[in-house]
Amino acid sequence: MSQGPGGEAGFPAMTATAAAGSAMIRRRRRPVAERAFHVLSPYLLLAPAALVIVAVLGYPLYLLTRLSFEQFGLASLITKKGTWIGLDNYSRIFQDRQFWTVLLRTFVFTAVNVGLTMVLGTLIALLLARLGRFMRLLLTTGLVLVWATPVIVAVNIFRWMVDYEFGVLNWTLTKLHVGDFLNKDWFADPTTGFAVITAIVVWGAIPFVAITLYAGLSQVPAELVEAAEIDGARRWQVFKDITFPLLLPIFVILTSLSIIWDFQVFNQIWLARGSEPEEEYWLMSVYSFVEAFKLGEYGFGAAIAVVMVGAMFLATFVYLRQMIRMGETR
Amino acid sequence: MSRRVAGRIGINLAGLFVFVVMVFPVYWMVATSFKEGHNILSDTPQFFPSPVTLSNFDDAIHRAFFWDVVKNSLLIVGAVVGFSIVVGFLAALALAKFRFYGRGAFIVLILGVQMVPLNALIIPLYIQLSRAGLTNELSGVIITYLTFVLPFTVWTLRGFLLGIPRELEEAAMVDGSTRFGAFVRILLPLVAPGLVATSNFAFIVAWNEFLIAYVFLNDPEKQTLTVWLAGFTTQRGTDWGPLMAAATLTALPVLVFFLLIHRKIAFGLTAGAVRG
Repeated sequence: MSQGPGGEAGFPAMTATAAAGSAMIRRRRRPVAERAFHVLSPYLLLAPAALVIVAVLGYPLYLLTRLSFEQFGLASLITKKGTWIGLDNYSRIFQDRQFWTVLLRTFVFTAVNVGLTMVLGTLIALLLARLGRFMRLLLTTGLVLVWATPVIVAVNIFRWMVDYEFGVLNWTLTKLHVGDFLNKDWFADPTTGFAVITAIVVWGAIPFVAITLYAGLSQVPAELVEAAEIDGARRWQVFKDITFPLLLPIFVILTSLSIIWDFQVFNQIWLARGSEPEEEYWLMSVYSFVEAFKLGEYGFGAAIAVVMVGAMFLATFVYLRQMIRMGETR
Repeated sequence: MSRRVAGRIGINLAGLFVFVVMVFPVYWMVATSFKEGHNILSDTPQFFPSPVTLSNFDDAIHRAFFWDVVKNSLLIVGAVVGFSIVVGFLAALALAKFRFYGRGAFIVLILGVQMVPLNALIIPLYIQLSRAGLTNELSGVIITYLTFVLPFTVWTLRGFLLGIPRELEEAAMVDGSTRFGAFVRILLPLVAPGLVATSNFAFIVAWNEFLIAYVFLNDPEKQTLTVWLAGFTTQRGTDWGPLMAAATLTALPVLVFFLLIHRKIAFGLTAGAVRG
């Protein structure tokens, strides 16, 4: 979970003011020991956290990179040593047809999920801003309920709703004369299966986007919008020329986070397919996981994970540059 | 004028529609968990449970290992939250209240590590723990959870600390209080709501985690609630009633905590992002 930018400026160091204050009161220099303590104290405060982060994040990152250059199988797990094989894992990945299929599938999946999440989240945020007090409270509470639903729980609910025999979805769609959905198995075909998985992901992601954007919207000065409306701007123009540019920083943060989250979707697929997803359902994270933990090829799995992180950052970077360019041309 | 009224009704109806669509899955879980078996497996779905029964909950909590996994989840989450809050608060103090060499670099580090996907780290973490002999141990999972809980704890607490006006502390010190005295009497009470909100959020994230617990804990009596819930499907097919009851029980603590804190989190995220 990431936090947005906090107010960085406007909080000058405590050290400086404290030193000035005590000098005024006591009018004497502090002893050397006390001053040394003062200089050292931030480092002492920081040390435990820094140590833990190095141990549980820094070292694993290094190990991941090293593993990706090693032949590291189940036997290596016992001997605790892998064999250095240079770039072999990577050349194997890039020659693997399956890799390219999975990569493409992951890109499409991410694009669809991020797009749907952002569009629907924005629409709901705009709706929230125009609702009456009661409805707004009701909808916000509803969104928070959804936000709080654990992924494992959400997957089980959706599996139950799309159950081919007694699922409420098939019954409803049939009653609404969308078609004959009786006994339709949604997961039999990867396309409809991915539709369900997308629904789970987007449903779970909308509240965060909608509530955050609504919080941002409520900070947009009402005078600006009113002035534009008096000048005859249409609702779409107000959004395009006033609200959106003002909220651009929030849009950038939310979309980047969504890309990062959706690119590594694992739980939804793993659980929706009963811990044994068919190859048609593999995304990058599933591919890497299966190679490592099901086939015991930890080195190969690590190489896939490195490629996944690289591709993810590339996607985020390309998107960010696009957004910044859009901001500049305005 | 009447067009405006119509518009207003239309907007609120749209709001109601979105509410129903979004909340329905959660409602369906709760409703199913209170239904009798034959009403769950009926060709025409029953939209309101009648008669209401608690037998699904009874079934769920009497399943094998239920109390073990609840205890494990509470233990893991308690340890992770306690440790993260203490260590994270110290680091947040340093970042928010001191100016020192390397501060900027540390802030970048804290933000950067939150971008690293957990799914990519699971392989090296697993190998690291298996070398240390900590797989299939709760302590191994606790250490691993710090990977994603600690950085965000530091960041959120720093935000809360920055929100406290400097003048309050200075006033206390001018009044003859020591720096430590000012900290205990002024800063700590002011940051207490922030500490509560952050611990709640850390609780939720750790409580919901699935993948690490799933990979690292093999014995059924050592697993967490989410892993136990994921293994609910039996050979005979899925027992939807008890499963939905168990899901409701899993989600319940999170729902309660989330309703308490969501305002702080949502506004904390965007504070300062828009300057009108």
